[in-house]
Amino acid sequence: MSAAARAFLIWLLAMLAGAAVVWNSHFSADMSFFLPARPSAAQQVLVDQLKEGAVTRLLMVAIEGGDAAQRATVSRQLHGRLEKLPEFVSVQNGQSGSLDADRDFLFRHRYLLSPAVKPERFTVDGLRESIANSVDLLASPAGMMIKPLLPRDPTGEMMELLSGLNAGAQPNVREGVWASRDGERAMLLIQSAALGSDTDAQEQAIATIHSQFADSTREAGVSNARIVISGPGVFAVKSRETIKSEVSKLSAISTLAIIAVLFFVYRSGRLLTLGLLPVVSGTLAGIVAVSLAYGTVFGITVGFGSALIGEAVDYSIYYFVQSGRRGAAEWRARFWPTVRLGVLTSVCGFAALLFSGFPGLAQLGLYSLSGVLVAALVTRFILPALAGNDHPVRDLSHLAPPLKQGIQVMQKLRWPIILLTVAAATILVINRDQLWHPNLSALSTVSADDAATDMALRADIGAPDSRYMAVITAADRESALQAAERAGQQLDALVAQGIIGGYDSPARFQPSQAMQAGRRASLPAGDELAARLQVAQVDSPLAANKLVPFLDEVAKAKGQGNITRESLNGTSLALAVDSLLMQRAEGWSVLLPLRPPAGDKGVDINIEPVRAALAGSDALLIDMKFEFDRLYNDYLDEATLLSLAGFVTIVALLGAALRSPRRLGAVLLPLLLAVILVIAGVHLAGEQLHLMHLIGMLLIVAVGSNYALFFDRAANDDRLDPPTLASMAIANLTTAIGFGTLALSSVPVLHAIGVTVGPGAVLALMLAACFSERERE
Amino acid sequence: MIKRLLCCLFLLAMALPASAAFDVGQLMTDLAKNKGGKAKFTEKKYISLLDKPVVSSGEMSYTAPDRLEKRTLVPKVETLLLDKDMLSIEREKQKLSINLANQPEALAFVDSIRGTLSGNRAALEKNYALHLSGSSDKWVLTLLPSDQKIATLVLRITVSGSKGLVRSIEYLQADGDRSVLNMEPIETK
Repeated sequence: MSAAARAFLIWLLAMLAGAAVVWNSHFSADMSFFLPARPSAAQQVLVDQLKEGAVTRLLMVAIEGGDAAQRATVSRQLHGRLEKLPEFVSVQNGQSGSLDADRDFLFRHRYLLSPAVKPERFTVDGLRESIANSVDLLASPAGMMIKPLLPRDPTGEMMELLSGLNAGAQPNVREGVWASRDGERAMLLIQSAALGSDTDAQEQAIATIHSQFADSTREAGVSNARIVISGPGVFAVKSRETIKSEVSKLSAISTLAIIAVLFFVYRSGRLLTLGLLPVVSGTLAGIVAVSLAYGTVFGITVGFGSALIGEAVDYSIYYFVQSGRRGAAEWRARFWPTVRLGVLTSVCGFAALLFSGFPGLAQLGLYSLSGVLVAALVTRFILPALAGNDHPVRDLSHLAPPLKQGIQVMQKLRWPIILLTVAAATILVINRDQLWHPNLSALSTVSADDAATDMALRADIGAPDSRYMAVITAADRESALQAAERAGQQLDALVAQGIIGGYDSPARFQPSQAMQAGRRASLPAGDELAARLQVAQVDSPLAANKLVPFLDEVAKAKGQGNITRESLNGTSLALAVDSLLMQRAEGWSVLLPLRPPAGDKGVDINIEPVRAALAGSDALLIDMKFEFDRLYNDYLDEATLLSLAGFVTIVALLGAALRSPRRLGAVLLPLLLAVILVIAGVHLAGEQLHLMHLIGMLLIVAVGSNYALFFDRAANDDRLDPPTLASMAIANLTTAIGFGTLALSSVPVLHAIGVTVGPGAVLALMLAACFSERERE
Repeated sequence: MIKRLLCCLFLLAMALPASAAFDVGQLMTDLAKNKGGKAKFTEKKYISLLDKPVVSSGEMSYTAPDRLEKRTLVPKVETLLLDKDMLSIEREKQKLSINLANQPEALAFVDSIRGTLSGNRAALEKNYALHLSGSSDKWVLTLLPSDQKIATLVLRITVSGSKGLVRSIEYLQADGDRSVLNMEPIETK
């Protein structure tokens, strides 16, 4: 077997193995790209909420067009249809009767649910007082509601229950169903059975809503109605679509452009194919490495392939163009060390990202690192064997004179460029407070339009937006509920002081077994209660003999079994309990979302007293917004640190390889100037910098150094011969195309890298030329 | 001759009610002149379940055309505020706000009192058939719901007063219970 055949066989086997891994890889385009790999306890709550919180299952639906009556008809139709489907656990549109099941449940179990049920409540004095209160309430307009219930519930337990529930802003109603604030849209609130993190199921649920809406309008005979859906599920689905379409679009653009460049250079199908070999190997290796290391490959990571193609193709360009007439052996001796050093600086840059707690970033690092490394190794060890010694690249020496001229022009511009960089640095220093985007939303794939639609629907329907929540973890369900009840007592005190408006608790609808037993024990036996009632009601306008239904109901409650999770089935309260009480790998966790005090919109909770009240209890108070901001700041701090570490490693590597401070300085100076100019350019173009721009800065150094090194080599070794010069220009062009394509992306993570590294690579080459030693004639 | 006499009598007959009789339009004009004021009120609710009526009292104030505040002091402090279509009730630290535009039945109910106070005939006739008896100094206006949904809540509303002042409102509910609201104006300078 010839060397070429053996090399090809090894390569082919490796590729097949890689393809098998990729075939079995799991690809994902969900939020977990952004979620911390090593979360703190508070961040874990955030992650859980984003992945499986009830809020992520929320879909807000608006029906537009037609008149109010038509919209209401469609809303009722859609409600009726969706309610029957197993994909949806709750469908609400405000129509009357929809909450009857909840009300019936609360009324039926009021003696086990009401926090007022205590032994004192059923003494003579307790009965007298609570019944007198109910009679007084008849004087109020609210009395209209309680009058029919009075004989069965004279102590007012139902009122006790209802007053604890959210009495906040209810959506507008038109024609008997929920409507937007301006009344021009009918609104529905839907909870999917699938988790928000299950993008496939969310996509399915959204498609179902669309098709059922189409059927509803047809049945209602309304032709001009439209539907708008928003919610985390919609964002997830749209993000995935965006990423999917961009991955193929960007890769196609960059591949085609690079093939065009290569074809222009080689004018040979064989060389073109061989030249793409390291690229294909590299991109495949990148996905394989990520898949094996992380189990899941993010769509954004694959999207980064476009940049990888641009960089990986450099090595084969160097090889073919530079080894031209000299042959492989001489190329290895003369050029490989420089290329190898360039590969190593790139690897150092990408390796820094591996240590990031931001999973997306770590994946990008591993993907690029393995891709670049494999592309270089394939170029070094496989390509020469496959290409043989016979690969005449057409003469590119006609490219050399204009390039040399360019270099000479650049060399004359040293001072202007230094002045320009000083000006750019000054701008950055002056505007340092406005440079950075303050939060994680900078990285979000959600478009501004979609975000605005979501805000509008959310405001129209008054959808929950829980910023603060108390979180409790416990070993089992019962102790979790008991802990929730203890925390509830502290929160009740805060409600009484008006510090918080209210809170939600799973124990409100499913009290702990202990609590239920206690409440049941508070209920006196039938004869005893009848006797006490006689005494209590002697002077009351509500005579005891009219309260026989009350005695019956108490007796019934005393004989009733405990409320279990199953008792809640068929009510929307089941969903409330499930979303607030969750089983985790390490036990049970309870969420108690806090509501701001009633009053003007936008009033926030004064959080310090809440923190103080909960201090020492087993409840952990979490501010979701704060945690989000902190998460982003953690990422940013970490990225700064990693970028610096990566930079220091690159400097150390170059220092060790070049063994001369002067040469090191000559290589680094153009890179640093390029970074400053690019960042100032991005800022002046009106973009706010975020975490990925920072990574882009590191990559300018890591990738750009490849070009500066050739000038260093030229200065120390021999003059830049025409093929070397041409190879540098072409390799730089392909890299700029690869990264530059990412700048077209609407995915912020990719866009930021593209917009920094694309121009950065070109600038690095130009500035390296600018500060290269003038050739002595 | 006889023809001329008949003609005169006819004209006289036409002219007399126009000058002396008191009709809904006249009442509405009088009521609309009242731009607001304060009154003490006493409300008695006669409920079949109870041996005695529930009595509450307090102060009311009205600012034309659509702001009405009812502050109950006895037996429990409670404030009810109707401002345009927003009805809010505050009782023992609990506050409830209802947008009446969402509740057509409640709105019809509220319109009976608001329409009377402001002399808004159109608003009243939207939901009720009006019957007026008495004179300008002592009139009784009866409102009978024309809408079936409202009729399941209230059978009859009887408002009485003198000139532009409403003195009492009686609601007869569909279940036979009734409430009587009496108002005594407080002179304000």
